[in-house]
Amino acid sequence: MYKPNDLILRTTTSLIAFILLGFAVYLLFAGHNSPGGGFIGGLVTAAAIVLMYMAYGIETVDKVLPINFETLISIGLITAIVTGLGSFLFDVPFLSHTFDYFEFPIFGEVELATAMLFDIGVYFTVVGVTVTIILNIANDQ
Amino acid sequence: MEIIISILAGVLITTGIYNLLQKQFLRIVIGTVLLSHGAHLFILTMGKLKRGQPPILTDGVTDYTDPLPQALILTSIVISFGITSLLLVLAYRTARENNTDNMEELRGTENE
Amino acid sequence: MSNLVVLPIIIPLLAGVIVALFNKKVAVTRTLTKLFSILNLGVAAYLSWIVFTTDSIILETGEWVAPYGIILVADPLASLLVLTTNIVAVACAFYAPHSLSLRQETHYFYAFYFFLITGVSGAFLTGDLFNLFVFFEVLLMASYALIVLGGERIQLRESIKYVLINLFSSILFVTAVAFIYGAVGTVNMAQIAERVQIQGQDGVLTTVAILLFFVFATKAALFPLYYWMPKSYIVPNTVVSALFGALLTKVGIYSILRVFSLIFVHKLELTHETFIWIAGLSMLFGVIGALSTNNIKLIIAYNIIPAIGFILMGLGVFNQDGMSGSVYYLVHDMIIKTALFLIVGVIAYVAGTSDLRKMGGLIHYYPGLGWLLFVAAFVLAGIPPFSGFIGKLLLLQGTLSEYEVVITIIALISSLLILYSVMKIFIRGFWGEKDETGKYEKKSTKGLIGPIVYLLAFSIFLGVGAEWIVPSVESISTYLLDPEIYIESVLKE
Repeated sequence: MYKPNDLILRTTTSLIAFILLGFAVYLLFAGHNSPGGGFIGGLVTAAAIVLMYMAYGIETVDKVLPINFETLISIGLITAIVTGLGSFLFDVPFLSHTFDYFEFPIFGEVELATAMLFDIGVYFTVVGVTVTIILNIANDQ
Repeated sequence: MEIIISILAGVLITTGIYNLLQKQFLRIVIGTVLLSHGAHLFILTMGKLKRGQPPILTDGVTDYTDPLPQALILTSIVISFGITSLLLVLAYRTARENNTDNMEELRGTENE
Repeated sequence: MSNLVVLPIIIPLLAGVIVALFNKKVAVTRTLTKLFSILNLGVAAYLSWIVFTTDSIILETGEWVAPYGIILVADPLASLLVLTTNIVAVACAFYAPHSLSLRQETHYFYAFYFFLITGVSGAFLTGDLFNLFVFFEVLLMASYALIVLGGERIQLRESIKYVLINLFSSILFVTAVAFIYGAVGTVNMAQIAERVQIQGQDGVLTTVAILLFFVFATKAALFPLYYWMPKSYIVPNTVVSALFGALLTKVGIYSILRVFSLIFVHKLELTHETFIWIAGLSMLFGVIGALSTNNIKLIIAYNIIPAIGFILMGLGVFNQDGMSGSVYYLVHDMIIKTALFLIVGVIAYVAGTSDLRKMGGLIHYYPGLGWLLFVAAFVLAGIPPFSGFIGKLLLLQGTLSEYEVVITIIALISSLLILYSVMKIFIRGFWGEKDETGKYEKKSTKGLIGPIVYLLAFSIFLGVGAEWIVPSVESISTYLLDPEIYIESVLKE
C-alpha cells in the first residue's frame, strides 16, 4: 500500500500555520495606518489554510474548518459595503472614515478606526475568493 | 534610477508580449502576468523614484515621496491578481473540455 | 445629498451579494433580482431628474476634496446613460428566468448580472481616469464570469480569446494612465483637462491620447479592432448577449466621448479627423459582416459595429448637431440592441436553430413575434418617426454642416444595408409556406415577449417623443462642447 511520506510537511505545517495565522491577524489590524491591510492579511490566511489542506488532506481540514468559503465571500462583501453605507447615517460623503483612541484593560491605549471595519470585510472576501479558486482546481481530478 | 526601472519595465513587457504570442495556454498566462508587472513598474517610475522620504502633504515640505502611484499600483495589483487566478481556472477548464492547450486548435470555423 | 450619486453603484453591488447568499433558492433570487432592478431604476430616474432640473452632483468620497480624492460626477450625460442602463437591466431581469436553464441560474447568474450593472454605472459616473479603469475591470470580471456561464465547449473556446484581448487592452489602459500621470501629474479627469489646456496638447499628450483611443476602441469594437467581438458575443445565453451588446461596447464608446470631448480637444485636425474615417470604415465592415452570415445572432452582433461607428462619427465632426446625434444615438442604440438580441433569442428558441437557411414560415405560428422584429428593424435602421431616424438626422446634419460628404454617403448606404440585414431575418425566417410536417410545434413564449414590448415602447417613445427629448440632448451636447463647465463644477474654482 502507498503510504505518503510527509512527516516533515505535517510537522512544520502545524507550526507554520499558526505563525501565519497570527501574522495575518497582526497585518489585518495594523493595516489602516501602517504596512498591511485586509488584502495582504487575507492572502496570508489563505496561504495558511491552503498549506493545511496540502498537509492533512481535504477531508480532515473540512472537518476541522467547517466553513463554506463561498458564503465567506458574500459575508465579507456585505461587511465592506455596509461600512461604506454607514456614512449615510451620519450624513457625510460615502466612505468617509474616522478614528479615535480607546483605553483597553490589557492593551492600553489603542487606536480604532472605521477603516478597519472595511478592512475586515476585504479580509473575509480575499480569504473566500482565494481558497475557493484553489480548491476548485484542486478538487477537480 | 528612473532609466533603469524604465528599461526593466520595457524588458518585462517585451518578454510578456513574446509569451503572449505563444500557442500554449500556460505561456500565455505567464505572458499576461509579466505584462501587468511591466505596467505596474511603469506607473511607479512615472511618480519619480525616491527612497527614504515620507509621503506627506504639508505646506513647506519639498522632499517627499508621491503616494499616489503606490495607491494606483496596489489597486492594479489586486485586480491583476484576480484576473490571473480567473484566467488560470478558465485556461484549465478550456484545456480539459477541448482536450488541447494549443491556441491553433481552438479556431472556431462552424459559423463561417 | 451628494451620496445619491453612489446609490446606482451600491444598490446593484449589495443586491449582487445578497442574491449570491440565496443562490440555492432560485425562486427567492428571481424575485429579489426583479425587486432590486426596479428599485435601482427608480433611483437612477430620480438621480437623472435632479441632475436635469438642477445641476450636476459631485460626490467627493471619504471627504477627500477633488482633485486629491476619488470623485463621482453625476452630470447630465452620465446620469442619462445610467438611467438607460437600468431600463435595459430591468428588461433583462424579467427575461432571464424564462431563458436561462436552472443550472445557469444557480451558477450565480444573478449575482454577476448585478456586478455587471455595478461596473457599468460606475464607469459612467466616475470622474477619475484610474477609477474608470477600476470600474472597467469590475464589469469585465463580471462579463468573464457571464460568458462562460454554462461551460459549454464552444463557450470556453471563445471566452479565453475574449478574456485575453480585454486583459491586454486593460494593461495598455494602465500604461496610458501611467503616461498621463507622468505628463500632467494627476489622474482626475477635470484636472487633466485643465492642465492639458494650460500646457498645451503637445506630441507626447497626443500620443497618449491615441493610445487611450486604442484601448477604448478595443472595448468598443471599432474598426480595425472589432474582430474579437461578434463571435464571443453569440456564444453565451441570449440574456448575456443582450447585456453585452447593450452595455459593454457602449461603455467603451462613452469613454471615448468623455475623454475626447473633455481632455484632448486641442488637436482636432489630428484626432477627430481620424475618427471620421475610422467611423466610416466601422460602418462598412460592420454591415459587410452582418450581410455575410446566416446566423441570426451573428447578424445582430455585427450590427453593433456600425452603431458604434455612427456614434463616433458625431464625435468626429464635433459640432452641436453631431454631438447631440451621438448622445441620442447612444441611448437609442442601447435600448434597441437589447430588444433585438432578445427577439433573436426568442426566434432561435422557437425555431430550434439560429441558422436562417433552416427556418421559414414562422409567421404562421408566431405572428406577434414577427411584427415585433419588423418594428425593431425599422427602429434600428431609422425609418421615420422611430428613434433611429432622429439620431441619424442629427448626425447627418452635423456631418453636412462640416461638408463631410463622403462619410454622409457611407452612413446612408450602411443604414440601408443595416435595414436589409435585419429584414433578411424577417424575410427568410418568417415568410414562406406553412410548415405542415410539424417541425415547429407551438412553443410557449410566456414571459419572453413582455420585456421586448417594454423595450420597444421606450424606443418608440424616444422617436415619437423627440419633441421633449431633443432639447435635453442638445443641452448635453452644449455641455460637452464646453469643457470649462465640467472643470469648474468639479474643481469649484
